[in-house]
Amino acid sequence: MAEVRTEKLCKSYGVAEILKDIDLTVEDGSFVVLVGPSGCGKSTLLRTIAGLEQSTTGKIEIGGRRVNDLPPAQRQIAMVFQSYALYPHMDVRGNMGFGLKFAGFPKNEIERRVQEAARILKLEALLDRKPRDLSGGQRQRVAIGRAIVREPEVFLFDEPLSNLDAALRVNTRIELAKLHRMLKATIVYVTHDQVEAMTLADKIVVMNKGRIEQAGKPMELYYHPANLFVAGFIGSPAMNFIPGRIAEASDQSLVLQSDNGLRLTVPRQIWGMAAINAGDQVTLGLRPEHLKVTTGGNSAGQTGAIALSGTVDLIERLGDIGYAHIRLGDGSGAPLVGEVRGTTPLDVGDTCSISADNEHLHLFNAEGRAFSKIAAKAAA
Amino acid sequence: MQRKISALSVHIILLAYTALALFPIVLTLVNSVKARKAIFGAPLALPTPSTFSLIGYQKVFSDSAVMGYYVNSLTVTVVTVAAVLLIGAMAAWGLSEYRFRGNTLLKLFFAIGIMVPIRLGSVEILKMMTHLDLNNTLTALILVYTAQGLPLSIFILSEFIEQIPRDLREAARCDGLSEYSIFFWIILPLLRPAMATVAVFSMIPVWNDLWFPLILAPSGGKQTITLGIQQFIGQYIIDWNSVLAALSTAIIPVLILYMLFSRQLIRGLTSGAVK
Repeated sequence: MAEVRTEKLCKSYGVAEILKDIDLTVEDGSFVVLVGPSGCGKSTLLRTIAGLEQSTTGKIEIGGRRVNDLPPAQRQIAMVFQSYALYPHMDVRGNMGFGLKFAGFPKNEIERRVQEAARILKLEALLDRKPRDLSGGQRQRVAIGRAIVREPEVFLFDEPLSNLDAALRVNTRIELAKLHRMLKATIVYVTHDQVEAMTLADKIVVMNKGRIEQAGKPMELYYHPANLFVAGFIGSPAMNFIPGRIAEASDQSLVLQSDNGLRLTVPRQIWGMAAINAGDQVTLGLRPEHLKVTTGGNSAGQTGAIALSGTVDLIERLGDIGYAHIRLGDGSGAPLVGEVRGTTPLDVGDTCSISADNEHLHLFNAEGRAFSKIAAKAAA
Repeated sequence: MQRKISALSVHIILLAYTALALFPIVLTLVNSVKARKAIFGAPLALPTPSTFSLIGYQKVFSDSAVMGYYVNSLTVTVVTVAAVLLIGAMAAWGLSEYRFRGNTLLKLFFAIGIMVPIRLGSVEILKMMTHLDLNNTLTALILVYTAQGLPLSIFILSEFIEQIPRDLREAARCDGLSEYSIFFWIILPLLRPAMATVAVFSMIPVWNDLWFPLILAPSGGKQTITLGIQQFIGQYIIDWNSVLAALSTAIIPVLILYMLFSRQLIRGLTSGAVK
């Protein structure tokens, strides 16, 4: 197994810059997930690591060896494609052993490895079938098997679950997590699904417009997003943003005047000595699941740092929980989404009050960067 | 009801077309087993015990030169089809997989080959073959037919290659295959249905051609069967028995080749080889 490092990696097609100064380290044996919206460059980064695309400038190292100019086959990697890319005219055994056959491995060694991979992936009974006779999940396992038999130092997965149906996706996700534990392999995994990212990753790398926005442990990204993009991308439903301006700043508290006419007072000590001054443009971030929504406009009896009241516009009930879309202030701007219990008596048109605890407040400056919190250092 | 009527009308049209298309072939087959008088007396009648005769076939098969013509035709057709398929697939793969300077120009050049009939260059081709000392050889025919078949072959195969998912080629690259191995082990097997189509399209005009055998290989025992049959057509007398018998037997090899390829064609289309 090996570490993967990129340094100042850039990739452009003509004038279009797809990757800009990517510095990424994938530690030996870790599961790193590249996540981001479509077109953010995550697949290009993976393909550049694989050697299927050439980088324009920068360095790629796998296991301490510079691999920029090596073809994919010599990089000690194995890639699993979104479309599985199984050879349609070969059976499962042929598909898995094909690369080894070309690398000149003896027949019995190929057979041993294929059998071993088939055992791990429960494909023994399917070895003589053609890909067209397999279900989506089985094809996926064959594609993974083809990667395993090569005993690579690094596995590269390009959205491997996105062609599977929802139930199968959950199962395969669990299988992948187990597989990673068993093989102790270095894995780089691309997805646009943040649930996959959160559940599988040791480290998540959030990408946007060809740049790395933030890289860190899943919980770090969730609790301490570095900027507005990461804050909005990680978590579902997305974080609520209340844009506004600091009206008053004292040593004890900050008064935020929101664009839709709210006046919020929040304790200053959350952000320590960060330079927050009166007049600054800021955005307050609140996750739906951290809001406490109660019936009645009276915010008395609410605990927590902030207290708001609003009118329920819409309520989505998912069973156990529900999401209330709440109109705040003068009603302009996006409604605030708050998580409520499924059995909550709230209804459309009701007035409700909302509160949140100190530790769940996020504050971003005019450039969208988060003010780091005192608690951040302790948690990270 | 409406649907039944439309289905019926479609079948009537198809049946009428089939009858029209089969008529000359059936006429040839039927008359090839009739005596000379019966051919002229009642060309449309089926053979009866009194008019049945295999004299045409006896004459054709006793003529050793005719067997040679069959072999010539078969050689030319098989080698041409093989060359058109292999070179065509390679060119199509090169043109659609690799981006290089002049790529589009080269594609255009081949496309022009589909539009301009090769016969326009007959005189030049004849001169060239004379210079190369290739007159009255099968090589001359094979070269010309390969050139004739390539443009369409490249055109059809490029379309098919572009449908093969890019991931498949890249998976092969990750598996450590060289570009040649990718072509021979991944692309060619997946192109089988397309190649069957190309084979059928390029085979039939080659087998049936009279023009180039006439100008490039008219003698020296290198005649193809279509040309060879002409020996039964004299200025004053036409030996219809032999002509029809030779024609009937000339249909058979091409029919076998066709069936061979069309089965491949159907198998390829129904297998859903590519996800």
